[in-house]
Amino acid sequence: MKFLEEKIFKMVMIGAAVIIMGVLIYILGTIFYKGLPSLTWEMISRIPGGGFYLGKEGGVLNAITGSVFIITGALIFSLLISVPLVMYINFYLPPKSILSGIIRFSLDILFGVPSIVYGAFGFALMVFIGIRASLLGGIITVAMLIMPIMMRSLDEIARLLPRDLPDALLSLGSTKYEMTKVLLRQLMPGLMTAILLAIGRGIGDAATVLFTAGYTDNIPTSLNQPAATLPLSIFFQLGSPVEEVQNRAYASAIILTVIILILSFSARYFSSKFLKNKS
Amino acid sequence: MIIANQHIETMTVNPVRGTDRISTLKKVEYNNTIRVENLDVFIEDQQILKDINLSIPEKSITCIIGPSGCGKTTFLKTLNRMHDETPEVKIKGKVYVDDLNIYDKNVNVIDTRKKMGLLAQRPCPLPMSIFDNVAYGPRIHGIKKRKAINQTVIQYLQYVGLWDEVRGRVRSSASRLSIGQQQRLCLARGLAIEPEYILGDEATSALDPLSTKKIEELFIKLKEKYTIILVTHTLRQARRIADYIVFMYLGKIIESGPTEEFFNSPKKQLTREYLSGSFS
Repeated sequence: MKFLEEKIFKMVMIGAAVIIMGVLIYILGTIFYKGLPSLTWEMISRIPGGGFYLGKEGGVLNAITGSVFIITGALIFSLLISVPLVMYINFYLPPKSILSGIIRFSLDILFGVPSIVYGAFGFALMVFIGIRASLLGGIITVAMLIMPIMMRSLDEIARLLPRDLPDALLSLGSTKYEMTKVLLRQLMPGLMTAILLAIGRGIGDAATVLFTAGYTDNIPTSLNQPAATLPLSIFFQLGSPVEEVQNRAYASAIILTVIILILSFSARYFSSKFLKNKS
Repeated sequence: MIIANQHIETMTVNPVRGTDRISTLKKVEYNNTIRVENLDVFIEDQQILKDINLSIPEKSITCIIGPSGCGKTTFLKTLNRMHDETPEVKIKGKVYVDDLNIYDKNVNVIDTRKKMGLLAQRPCPLPMSIFDNVAYGPRIHGIKKRKAINQTVIQYLQYVGLWDEVRGRVRSSASRLSIGQQQRLCLARGLAIEPEYILGDEATSALDPLSTKKIEELFIKLKEKYTIILVTHTLRQARRIADYIVFMYLGKIIESGPTEEFFNSPKKQLTREYLSGSFS
């Protein structure tokens, strides 16, 4: 009987692993099968020409640059807010403080807010401060979306830091700021993971940028120009009745996936390089 | 109050300060030492330390012994104000370091901690290279010149006997050292901030016998220059290296005095029981 239990449970676990792998392979297989033939150098290196969405020549460089600009801006923006906040609730406030509890609870709620709500809120905010759909609007909204993700994952790791290290630093006569700088080094791998999660989530999200970044066939050259994004570009190309354009959507999906992979690997590379001197 | 007074060992009455409740381990000059007066420490509603009165002689090793949970570590932490970080802890009474009450409002906590080199139970190297670990203290306390820092680092690594072992790899990560080496590194790091006192919180309890011996030898060498206060729960260690013993039990000082006297002719029943191993 026990043997049977063991066997069934093992089957369930293996089955779960197979399903996950299968889904991934199916998704990647589909986009590569449909997209690879359309993935030409022209797709990457050119902006849409006239009639691009009806099957004429051009590429999605507008969306590539737009997406990269937006996620870079949003990352910088949200790092500037997330890092101080996490440092504050973990290293400045006492461990059982009520304030840090409230902040963590708020983050939990923000974490669960759907991206379309951020999009709508971002849009309302932009109307309020008087900017139109633009690169800046997209950056602000995507930053709002990825901030809770970043804070939560950084916070999880900061909470796991052993108390010995802050104590050792303080007993050497460090100020809290000097202590925090060293602790941040220790948190670097955690920060990298947080950034990766945030990139993955932010760059692929369509709902946040739908109202706030707008869409354009050109490469944005300033913060108040509208910017195209890859998810929206994919959406528009898929909506075309022309089959060739639909296949280009899959090619764009490959580009998006590869961008995420490049960012992931480079973040891992830099964090491991950084950690060489650590452990 | 009367009950609290009963156990206090008054070996030398200090007429200058006008209180006869200080248990003085030996006649001390009041300029370069630690003196604790009527210290009560509470964590939330629980009283951890009860009416501690103690003077610690300079340039010697004072060991604080006692069973687990008697307040040894809490006491040690009051000396460099590490309780500041936990708001649940309330401290009443006075702790004079170099004739200055460190719990006075206008005393800078950084200055106080700079005077105390702390050696924790488990070595905790900073996430940086061996060199930077020792250089950290001098750097944050304002030494900028590369040459001066190099000199300091080499000096203290030599002092703790680590220099020859790490010579070729001072730029590699400190966490690769063995635990005994890490503890000596932490000692060097503490010494590099040029403290006057060294506090050890069961500093050898995580180490193997050989590393323990090295650290103990260092303490004996260090007492020529520093006043050393060690918390330990190994009686043999206290006997080996201490000049003075303070025995604590349930947050109170039961008995204190020079090592020989303490071990050979303890005055209190509780001390005799503890030394004979009736409880621990």
